[in-house]
Parts: sequence; C-alpha cells; structure tokens
Amino acid sequence: MITDIIIVVAAALLAGVYISWRAGRIDRLHARVEMARAALDVTLLRRGSVALELATSGLLDPATSLLLAAAVHGTRGGDRPRDLAESDLTRALRAAFGQPGFQASLSGKEGAGELLAEVEAAAHQVFLARKFYNDVVAATREARRRPLARVLRLSGKAEAPEFFEMDDSLVAGNSGAPLSL
Amino acid sequence: MKIGITCPYSWDVPGGVQSHIRDLAEALIDEGHEVSVISPADDDTPLPPYVTGAGRAVPVPYNGSVARLSFGFLSVSRVRRWIKEGGFDVLHVHEPEIPSLSLLACWVAAGPIVATFHTAIPRSRVLLVTYPIVRTGLEKINGRIAVSEAARNTLVEHIGGDAVVIPNGVATRRYRKADPLPGWPGPGGAIGFLGRLDEPRKGLPVLLKAFEILGSQRPGLRLLVAGRYADADELLHRVPPGLRDRVVLFGQVSEEDKIRVLHSVDVFCSPNTGGESFGIVTAEAMAAGVPIVASDIDAFRRVLRGGEAGELFTTGDAADLARAAGQLLGDPARRTRLSAAALAAVADYDWSVVARAVLSVYETVVLGSTRVAVTAAGGEFS
Repeated sequence: MITDIIIVVAAALLAGVYISWRAGRIDRLHARVEMARAALDVTLLRRGSVALELATSGLLDPATSLLLAAAVHGTRGGDRPRDLAESDLTRALRAAFGQPGFQASLSGKEGAGELLAEVEAAAHQVFLARKFYNDVVAATREARRRPLARVLRLSGKAEAPEFFEMDDSLVAGNSGAPLSL
Repeated sequence: MKIGITCPYSWDVPGGVQSHIRDLAEALIDEGHEVSVISPADDDTPLPPYVTGAGRAVPVPYNGSVARLSFGFLSVSRVRRWIKEGGFDVLHVHEPEIPSLSLLACWVAAGPIVATFHTAIPRSRVLLVTYPIVRTGLEKINGRIAVSEAARNTLVEHIGGDAVVIPNGVATRRYRKADPLPGWPGPGGAIGFLGRLDEPRKGLPVLLKAFEILGSQRPGLRLLVAGRYADADELLHRVPPGLRDRVVLFGQVSEEDKIRVLHSVDVFCSPNTGGESFGIVTAEAMAAGVPIVASDIDAFRRVLRGGEAGELFTTGDAADLARAAGQLLGDPARRTRLSAAALAAVADYDWSVVARAVLSVYETVVLGSTRVAVTAAGGEFS
C-alpha cells in the first residue's frame, strides 16, 4: 500500500518535472525566435543602407542607381508587404550585379571594390540570418505541435511564429549560396 | 531634320508609349525628316528600319510591379554609340524619369533635348527620394511635352517647371480600311461598342437599355460589344432573354481586330456618361468612317463638331439614344453624310498634325544650339 502511494507520487513528480521542462523549452524557443528575428531585421536594414549608399555613390549609371534607390525605398514601409519589398530589392541588386562584366566595369574606380564587397557581404548575411531564423521557427512550430504541448497549452498566449519567405539569392535560379560573384 | 528618339520600354511588348513613339516617328518620316529610334528589344524581334535595338530589356521590380527596362553600363555605351553615329539635330527622350534608356540618353548627351512625359501618377515619396539621382539628367532637357493635362500636373508637382501639352494623335490611315469580321454587319444591321465593359462611366448600361427598345423595333438588329470584362453572363443577364442571342461579346480584342470591329457595324455608339477628356475610341471610330451616335458630353461635342460629324443624344438617356440610333439605322443617306463628315473632322487629330506641333518644339530648342553630342560624363563607361 505504502509502496503504491510512493510510486504514484514519484510518477506525478516526474511528470511534473517533465512537463515543466517541456514548457520551459517552448518558452526558450520563442525567445530564440525573437532574437533571430531581431538579427534578421538588422541584416535587412544593413543591406538596404549599403544598397542605398551604392545607389548614391555616383559609381553606377543613373538608371541602375534609380532602380536600386527605388527598391530600397520600397522596403521602408510602403504599401507592399515587407517580404515582397525585400525580394524586390534582391531582384534589383541581382539585375545590377548580374550584368556580364559588371565588376570589371567598375574596377579602378575609387572605393568601388570595397563598396561592392560590402553589398555582397550584407546580402550574404541576410541569407544566413533568414536561414537561422526559419530554422528556429521550424523547431518552435514543431514543439508547439506535439500533443502534450497542445493539450496542456504549454505555449501559453504566445502566437505561433511565422516563417519569413523571400528571394535572397544574388544569383538567379539559385536558392542555395547567394554568392558566386 | 535629324531626330533621335529614345523609347524606355521594350519594343516587343505592346504599350501606349511604344505605339506613341511608332506613330510619331512614322509621321515625322512622312514629313521628310530623318528619324532614328533606339529601344530595348529582344534580339529576334523584327524591328522597323528606323528602330535600333539596344539589347534585351531586363525584367526588374520597379514601383511595385515588374517592368522590362534597359539600364547598366552596357546600355550606356550602346546609347553613346547611337548618339555619336546619329549626328542628331535634336534628341527626343520619352519618360526620362523611368530608369531606362531615356534617362541614360539624357545623362550622356549634350545639346538640344526634348522630353515627353506620358504618365499621370499620384504624388509619391519615391520620386522625392530618387530625384537627386535623376536631376543631372533631367536638368539638361530644353523643352518638355506632356501628353495630357494630368501628365503635365504630375510633372509640375513632382519635378517642377512646366510643359506644353500635345495630346496623342490618331493614326487615321491605319483605321481607314479593314475587312469586317465574317458575317458582320449582317442584313438586320449592327450597332458597335468598344471599351471597358465594367466601368460604368463608359456607359454600356445605357446602350443595353436602348438596345431593349431598338431590338424589339428592329428584328435582326445585333449589338457587337468588344472590350475587357470580368463576367460575361452577368452582362448578358441585363438584357431580356429574347434579345440575348443578338448581343455578341468579343472580349478584349487586338489592335488589328479593333479596327475590324469598327468596320463591322453600321453605327458606332459612344454612350459615355463622363470622365473622357478626349475620347480616343470615338476618334478612332471616326477615322474608320463609321457613323457615330455619342452622348453629348463636352469631349464628344468637341470632336464631333457639335453634332455635325456624328449624332449626339442626351447623356444617360437610353430612350434618346434609341431614337437617335434608330433614325440613323433607317437612313443610309444620312449615314454616308455623317461618315464623310467624321473623316474630315478627325483629320484635325491625325498624327501628322501632332507631329507638326512636336516639330515646332524641336525648332524652338535647336535655335542657337549645336548638334547633339556626347559628354565626358559617362565617358568612363564606354
């Protein structure tokens, strides 16, 4: 009799510990989502500002400059959703960088090499930050979907995080590495 | 005069700016001028002899939609070469505020430059942000043309300065002759309508009401309706069941078929209830020589010379439209007279007239100026 009670109490304790550990994990995942999102925002802003610097540098012809500047402008709260506007900027950058002989045409111009490298690095960081963000979003959504988490509402009032989908490849038709320039 | 014209959009894509440039260039050539147009175009597109291809246009997002434009250092060197070899007296750029060939031409050229602005856009911040980039190019323009008051207002608001308004012309010769669609107009006669079907201001509901009256008076009379619409069934259900098979919908038609549609009817109807500043479709019908019944809004009163070149009815009044159209359908002699009068009246809006107005702008800007040359700026790109 006593042993039965001990077994039940021990099981309840163990279950409690397990559930609290699961809830804590979901909470930590949500916190990681927020950090990853903040990092992604920083890389997107950085990419926008370097692209705008390139557009106004006088290194490019006015048509390409205008395309880039308009695309950067579109990412800062226009009527277009953020993901679409950021994808537009990617496509504008790709159109500029994708011209045959683009890099060579700027070689020898003061500061051109550094600026182009900075744009590429910023674009690559967007690619990485978005990958990391979507990874943790996927893990979080998976954890929230488990039966125990659903039944016991372990995620509390936190909303399920959304994936951030956008075109972030500087090379057309390549969703893997953004850089091959 | 040696005239160089730049087109910002791909020649192989149909569009208002492209047809404007085509019609203007051909009218200038008819007047005996030497014209060269440079335009983005796919390599395998057959181009008219006066068009130089500037390479394939690249689809890029611009202002929330995807446009096919030419930009970049390769386009710059192509435009430079074209200007150098052209030896133009005047350079005429279209839509230089768009990131494409016209802006590049302004950037590399020195000498007399005329610019035509086509679009009317609501004030947007993107222009304020990007204006410093285009300013150097736009400041070289000596004479500015807007194709409408709305386009002129846009220009004045966004960029400052002023422009002369020279409206689009009608390529009357293109409309003069065409084969009717098979089986049209038919023994019972036909009335025609062209335009957006779902836009109430184009007045199709008035015409459908009038057709209820006319259709019962004249067995065999058919109504030909061509234009973009969302829901054909909904449209047909506005007509009594007995008349439905006599209303024929053609949907959106190509430029060529549009001309054939105009030649397929005995009477053309422009039932617009307002909102037209000129009435290009009505003018095109006049150029096809089809007798016209139009609402008496200001724009139509003007092109139809107060009723001399076409029958006018009280705007929005279906009974009055039925009366006017019925009279015309029953009076072939009057139709012949109206057709001749319409052809004479529309000559005022022909591209040759428009081309002469554009030429006088050219003549003004070349006064005391040298030929178009290339500047050192952008020279680094060649």
